[in-house]
Amino acid sequence: MYQYDEYDQQILNERVAQFKQQTERYFAGEIAEDEFLPLRLQNGIYVQRYAPMLRVAIPYGTLNSKQLRALAKVARDYDKGYGHFSTRQNIQFNWPELKDCPQILAELAEVQMHAVQTSGNCIRNTTTDEYAGVIAEELVDPRPYCEIIRQWSTFHPEFAFLPRKFKIAVNAVEGSDRAATFVHDIGVHIIRNEAGELGYRILIGGGLGRTPILGEVIRDFLPEQDLLTYLEAAIRVYNQFGRRDNKYKARIKILTKALGIERMKELVEAEWDRIKDSATRLTQVELDRVKQHFIDPEYAALENNPAELVNAKAENPAFARWLERNVREHKQAGYAVVTLTLKQKGTAPGDVTDAQMDAVADLSDQFSFGDLRSTHQQNLVLPNVEQRQLFTLWQQAKALGLATPSLGLLTDMICCPGGDFCALANAKSIPVAEDLQVRFDDIDFQYDIGEIDLNISGCMNACGHHHIGNIGILGVDKKGEEFYQVSLGGNSGGRGAASIGKILGPSFSRAQVPDVIAKVLQLYVEKRIDGESFLESYKRIGHDTFKETVYGKAD
Amino acid sequence: MAKLIKSGAFTNDDPWVVVADDEMVQEYNLISLDRWIHQQAELQPLASRGKLGLYLNSDQTADLVAEQCRNFAVISVDFPKFTDGRGYSAARLLREQYHYAGDLRAVGDVLIDQLFFMKRCGFSSYALREDQNEANALAAFSSFSQPYQAAVDNDKPLFNRVSR
Repeated sequence: MYQYDEYDQQILNERVAQFKQQTERYFAGEIAEDEFLPLRLQNGIYVQRYAPMLRVAIPYGTLNSKQLRALAKVARDYDKGYGHFSTRQNIQFNWPELKDCPQILAELAEVQMHAVQTSGNCIRNTTTDEYAGVIAEELVDPRPYCEIIRQWSTFHPEFAFLPRKFKIAVNAVEGSDRAATFVHDIGVHIIRNEAGELGYRILIGGGLGRTPILGEVIRDFLPEQDLLTYLEAAIRVYNQFGRRDNKYKARIKILTKALGIERMKELVEAEWDRIKDSATRLTQVELDRVKQHFIDPEYAALENNPAELVNAKAENPAFARWLERNVREHKQAGYAVVTLTLKQKGTAPGDVTDAQMDAVADLSDQFSFGDLRSTHQQNLVLPNVEQRQLFTLWQQAKALGLATPSLGLLTDMICCPGGDFCALANAKSIPVAEDLQVRFDDIDFQYDIGEIDLNISGCMNACGHHHIGNIGILGVDKKGEEFYQVSLGGNSGGRGAASIGKILGPSFSRAQVPDVIAKVLQLYVEKRIDGESFLESYKRIGHDTFKETVYGKAD
Repeated sequence: MAKLIKSGAFTNDDPWVVVADDEMVQEYNLISLDRWIHQQAELQPLASRGKLGLYLNSDQTADLVAEQCRNFAVISVDFPKFTDGRGYSAARLLREQYHYAGDLRAVGDVLIDQLFFMKRCGFSSYALREDQNEANALAAFSSFSQPYQAAVDNDKPLFNRVSR
């Protein structure tokens, strides 16, 4: 992974000093509340329902064991002993004190971590595929490009006060988009053109929130060295022309819709034309320098399916099941990619204790070169595990409660913190997730249903990505009471083309939600043919059939 | 009354003032772009002597001014609220695309914690809001010693500026 040089470290240290001073001035009454707000947001600090929330960046989801231990220490020393992994690969702490935040950030800086631009109207953490660098299907490792974007966007002087937040995601696997690039302000697909040259397809104007929109292609092919100048041109157009009168209409998706993709393209291309040969154009030297940080670890020469694995699999059905679900093929013979699921019954999706974090760091050191990933689905990944060690790893992960064989299944839900923590939420989301975990606890039933994305958000801001869940649940407020709207047919792009879910009908009380989901799943089980996925059946049977099943036939 | 920072220090010695469109233009006045467009012929002599300035509102882009920026000794860019970041793009474009060499002035809701970004984008004077602490303001210009990006103050990004 990327290791800071003296310049990176100096920039981060200067940031820590800057925010410490800003916080002191705030406490001394020298900065007004509303003027401190964007300063603390751009250092990751929200004020929530009960306490500030600190969102620490995990750039493009890559971290090492030392960093995870530092996060565990923050959870232990400054929080109530746990952290929450978010859908954008970051980690959130729900209980730190504002006065402690400068010290927390100073401690994190020692392990090259930060909360820079994890909130606020600026360029946020760039996300990517959690399997980046370890799967055969990817064209190239997308992480060097993410790191290049990270450096360029960090304290970008022109873009610190955009009309609204700005999120970029990068994907390098054609046909499988684990980074949900179609619902980002800018999606970057790393591709090769017909001449075999490396470059990017650029999407613009995607997003969730109140107005979910899929991004559109603004450029079919952008050469590799032109990434930053093009991003700078696009965001400059947005900075100048994006709406600033209404925060719900301020994202680039609204500007793109208003102008039309063709006009947007004209503006961006015209801007790009005058800066594309500027000093910001990437050099081969810089590309090579950053790529050098992401070379493979020293893999041993091993065979696939070693005897240890084959025997353990034959002798232990529970292990075999975990292997089938949570373990993925690696590009290197004899290795595997392991997902540790943070979706245990009784805990909020994505939540992990300090002790679990320390233990996962140990597992990572023992089994995966100290390398780790956080995922869009709110899980953790050990990306480089020897197949002959999988059984030993499974036993240890199981003891930690991190080996539920549910990856991609119904209970592997995405869920935002919701009304239990978040001041923006209209309704609680974690209890809904818990109700569903209890109702659909039967692992055989989950296997029968197969891969399905169920996403829950506590409000229209859609942090739980409900629009792109095959089943989406949205908390809404009706005269002070919590209700839940169900939508069907969304797709993040992980399997098949990205799509926005369609609302089923009037909302339900929390108590009704498990029954509604059960009816939806029952219909699927009855009507599916020949191994159809939920989404395939849904498309074939049609939205109205599901609607009638849930609400009864309208006469 | 805002406090003007210029050439790295506070100064009381600055003659430039905004003049409304219905008032008579005098030396050291900042005029609207609209006025310049309509009265260019009669204002040209003043401009040629380096005695005319321009003020831009936050919804006016640099491309509206374009090459005409050379007529003005001072161009002020308004930040109606410090969270309105359009002025940063205006400043960079005036400097980098139109090679504006006069005094580029940030006015309006100009606060300590935005000065560093303003300087990077090409501003050369700053009408700091009255309530801001002067010492902290001057210190804020050097918040970061080697920023990543190219901008007006550093025309190369870090990867082209130093050997990494």
